[in-house]
Amino acid sequence: MTSPSRHRPPQLPAPRGPLSAAVRAALLGAPPPQNIPEDSPAYGDDLQLALYTLYELHYRGFRDVPDTLEWDSALLACRAALEDRFLTALREDVPTTGTTATAALDELQVEPTADPDGTSVSFFLRDEGTLDQLREYAALRSLYHLKEADPHAWVIPRLHGRAKAGMVAVEFDEFGAGRPDEIHAELFADLMTDLKLETAYGHYVDAAPAEALATVNLMSLFGLHRALRGALVGHFAAVEVTSSPGSRRLAEALRRVGAGPAAVRFYTEHVEADAVHEQVVRQDVVAGLLESEPELDADVVFGVRATTYLEERLAARLLGAWRQEATALRGP
Amino acid sequence: MAAAADRPRRIRVQRDGPLLIEGPVEVVDEHGEVTVSDRFEVAVCTCRRSRLYPWCDTSHRRRERRTGTAADEGGRT
Ligand code: FES
Ligand SMILES: [Fe+2]
Ligand SMILES: [Fe+2]
Repeated sequence: MTSPSRHRPPQLPAPRGPLSAAVRAALLGAPPPQNIPEDSPAYGDDLQLALYTLYELHYRGFRDVPDTLEWDSALLACRAALEDRFLTALREDVPTTGTTATAALDELQVEPTADPDGTSVSFFLRDEGTLDQLREYAALRSLYHLKEADPHAWVIPRLHGRAKAGMVAVEFDEFGAGRPDEIHAELFADLMTDLKLETAYGHYVDAAPAEALATVNLMSLFGLHRALRGALVGHFAAVEVTSSPGSRRLAEALRRVGAGPAAVRFYTEHVEADAVHEQVVRQDVVAGLLESEPELDADVVFGVRATTYLEERLAARLLGAWRQEATALRGP
Repeated sequence: MAAAADRPRRIRVQRDGPLLIEGPVEVVDEHGEVTVSDRFEVAVCTCRRSRLYPWCDTSHRRRERRTGTAADEGGRT
């Protein structure tokens, strides 16, 4: 259920280093940082949080930060420098040659029957996840799911014809198909309530490790840049294609630990919805985009592969912690 | 992709996968049981393996004992 306070802008997150501290200070009135230290790791906590904070100006903003700073030219310049670092690292780490968008998505559609290497979060949670681990998982995923499908809406004006119609149809479904209580972000808030988590937007940012921030920053990066529309579409397709089977495993995990119906519902809805979304995204959005702009094929591949790459980094972080019976959340 | 009244309802077929039908859709099984979906587009299972039958749940996919990395970790949208 929607309570008004849940949708208030969040507090600024706690800094994790000089960059995120400088961005925080800039939002409170100091001049923004001029240059990015060479040794700040592209996927590290400090850079990812600085970027995350600047992106949030385009979503909900922050308490005590003027809304107009969204288009402050000095902050935008700072954001561009951070994005450049992130994107350059991804381009280096994510190969896109020797394949096509179709082949890259086909690969994701071969369904594993088991997880012999133990690299899959959803297999792990289904088979041995504890209630606490599922709560941690939901807390970290809330950074995205409480704004589910918002980053992807930015691509709509950059698409045309079949791709646009397909994208809008899927987004309509994500946004509840005209029913506010069916908005997927609301279903996720219901899941969080069920798991006794705090549903206020942005509440768990401080608890999220860099690997979790990076998966959300990727969507914002692709969504906000028209030049990356192919990558956004590839990212969206990769998520829709892999969602259904993973959602089933998470629904089973939640049932096994005795979570309530609202928690299970979020994932069972995604088993069914994303089986449809996958079809529409592949047949209309990806195929439609590449029909009108075939030169974007490699960008679609980049979006697919960058998504997998960052999700694998997050999975390694989560499973690394949980296998040692440690928390995957950052401490206060 | 709401079905306009002035044109036939479109069903998309493919060899390995569900029928895609513009919603809302009602499916009646051999026992007369009715299942309804009002999604904008509905994927009706043709492989009979779905655990959400009559709706597709991607169980039609090729399955593999695999090694290598997880392809299922994308969140959901
Ligand atoms: S056609 Fe998809 S599960 Fe049967
Ligand atoms: Fe979806
Ligand atoms: Fe969704």
